[in-house]
Amino acid sequence: MTAYEPLTLHVPEPAVRPGGTPDFSNVKIPKAGAVPKPDVDVDPETIRDLAFSIIRVLNRNGEAVGPWAGLLSDEELIEGMRHMMTLRTFDARMLIAQRQGKTSFYMQHLGEEAISCAFRKALSPGDMNFPTYRQAGLLIAGGYSMVDMMCQVYSNARDPLKGRQLPVMYSSKEHGFFTISGNLATQYVQAVGWAMASAICNDTKIAAAWIGDGSTAESDFHAALVFASTYKAPVILNIVNNQWAISTFQGIARGGSGTFAARGLGFGIPSLRVDGNDYLAVHAVAKWAAERARRNLGPTLVEYVTYRVGAHSTSDDPAAYRPKTESDAWPLGDPIMRLKNHLIARGVWSEERHRQAEAEILDSVIAAQKEAESYGTLHAGGKPSARDMFDGVYAEMPPHLRRQRQQAGV
Amino acid sequence: MARMTMIEAIRDAMDVMMARDEKVVVFGEDVGYFGGVFRCTAGLQQKYGKTRCFDAPISEAGIVGTAIGMASYGLRPCIEIQFADYMYPAYDQIVSEAARLRYRSNGEFTCPMVIRMPTGGGIFGGQTHSQSPEALFTHVAGLKTVVPSNPHDAKGLLIAAIEDPDPVIFLEPKRLYNGPFDGHHDRPVTPWSKHELSEVPSGHFSLPLGKAAVVREGSAVTVLAYGTMVYVAQSAAAETGIDAEIIDLRTLIPLDLETIAASVRKTGRCVVVHEATLTSGFGAELAALVQETCFFHLEAPVARATGWDTPYPHAQEWDYFPGPSRVGRALVETMEA
Repeated sequence: MTAYEPLTLHVPEPAVRPGGTPDFSNVKIPKAGAVPKPDVDVDPETIRDLAFSIIRVLNRNGEAVGPWAGLLSDEELIEGMRHMMTLRTFDARMLIAQRQGKTSFYMQHLGEEAISCAFRKALSPGDMNFPTYRQAGLLIAGGYSMVDMMCQVYSNARDPLKGRQLPVMYSSKEHGFFTISGNLATQYVQAVGWAMASAICNDTKIAAAWIGDGSTAESDFHAALVFASTYKAPVILNIVNNQWAISTFQGIARGGSGTFAARGLGFGIPSLRVDGNDYLAVHAVAKWAAERARRNLGPTLVEYVTYRVGAHSTSDDPAAYRPKTESDAWPLGDPIMRLKNHLIARGVWSEERHRQAEAEILDSVIAAQKEAESYGTLHAGGKPSARDMFDGVYAEMPPHLRRQRQQAGV
Repeated sequence: MARMTMIEAIRDAMDVMMARDEKVVVFGEDVGYFGGVFRCTAGLQQKYGKTRCFDAPISEAGIVGTAIGMASYGLRPCIEIQFADYMYPAYDQIVSEAARLRYRSNGEFTCPMVIRMPTGGGIFGGQTHSQSPEALFTHVAGLKTVVPSNPHDAKGLLIAAIEDPDPVIFLEPKRLYNGPFDGHHDRPVTPWSKHELSEVPSGHFSLPLGKAAVVREGSAVTVLAYGTMVYVAQSAAAETGIDAEIIDLRTLIPLDLETIAASVRKTGRCVVVHEATLTSGFGAELAALVQETCFFHLEAPVARATGWDTPYPHAQEWDYFPGPSRVGRALVETMEA
């Protein structure tokens, strides 16, 4: 006999499933401008509240308010607007291309454009991102060629990665974009090591690590935080919380920790939470974290609160696990619409200019697509050679690979 | 030239490379101040400072993952996993990342690093201080795998590994750290100072990866061995009186197939020995390659004398470890086949 009731297992569930009415009443959203901006050399212990709030700059009227506002000029904001619009257009075209069979796979950024685009503008040349597969805004905002990106997606004759990688697994050292891996979270701890190397060499470059909400459950996330904390590595530890890991809602990875940002507190890492759909807030927080890293004050953890509006990938149908209209109910809105309203409120943008920009951007993306397709698509036209398959496994081809290449007859 | 144990030779290799190339950094659990649980990094932190040789948190994935990041930055990390038995938490980083950076980025990012790990049994290490996981590395495209068997080779191969542009798994048979061991556990072990291969060139010297060494010339049968089993094979040949040609492979990938094939074509017989478990062990690859390249010269089936397909036991150490009598039996049976 026991005095206790039988134990039961707790399995978290999202508030709403398909057929239900979307409900984000549990997402506590502070007013824009409400969260203070500490000095970069602040004692992490004194800003623990920032891991449980949300830093926001743009209010409902499209005004930039509070201590995190005022860092960007009109020109910079318009540039940011164009980056986000370009990424969204790029995504839309590649999604169609995948449906047309021009490639096998694609992953879009719908609703998350502000994060990678605004973050990129806070970095300096030579800094290195260790991205996931959903930060192509780092490339768009970093000036990487859209044609090269598309050639990678098409695995064609001009694919910079010679057809070896799945679509969207870009790599560009020159643009501070580390080679993407399909294995989740591995790059998070590599970013810390890269930052440690920069410190070992007394360099001034910093690293940015990227991870999604779901992948924070991987052990590499924890290893990264331990090493970043121990060695005070000059790294920004970014968590993009878009609420969903394929079909799994963020509560499965987060458990009882309250927020993902709160994970950093146990490691003594200053941890901030930011409105991921607010271009100005993302940029301001990125600047703050980059400044800390550059001044050798150590790592910062940043949770971007956003929503994955699109499907996880072209192989996914979200209607099977969440309400179809959930993204419409997302209380932080759409990053492009919000920056658009702000630019109009500033008097530097208009509906007319927006439509004009949309048309221009669509033209430039289509032009890039046409050029990329002239080098082939996955099943038609130019493709990487079979010889390319054997190169680059090692710096020099060892005898057994040479034998296999001969066997393959290439 | 100086007489060194394997530990001293390994330490000397890192010392030489740290002095030559400021990009070489050394870290791992207990590697810094304390100098390593096997003393392989003793004195390096004192000599080169805390940012060149340092202690790491107990996280193999963290150690390998950060080292990959460092290597992609341009450093040359030479890191330590305390026992090969504890590399599994880092296996994702090794297989999915270190091995593939060059390939998947089309050469934009590379991973010039060495992962040192003490390996092998024969020390009453039980299940988690005795394993020989080399087949889990040789199966991975993009990795090189090295297993030295003496101080001379350990230094030359470790320097080559540190200088190599690709990730190298450097397995150090800890049974050989202080002296050669032929499997006769009932006899006193002689220290390296009595062995000619403890003569190690001072300063910079390297041995090419991918080149085997014929440690005993013979005409009757070819024995393919590496690590501790090189000495076991020598003992077995002496005790059976069989004129075996013993090849110390030294590097498993890239493999010196030419030396192997030339020997088997000469002897017509082949015995593969390793401590690791039999099924899907590296011996299976060796046997297949010998069969493919030497089929018409073979006068007997290729034999394998290896650890049993069990976890490495504690009390049954000498029933598990493929010692001279088991290897000798394989030699005799191969000669009689």
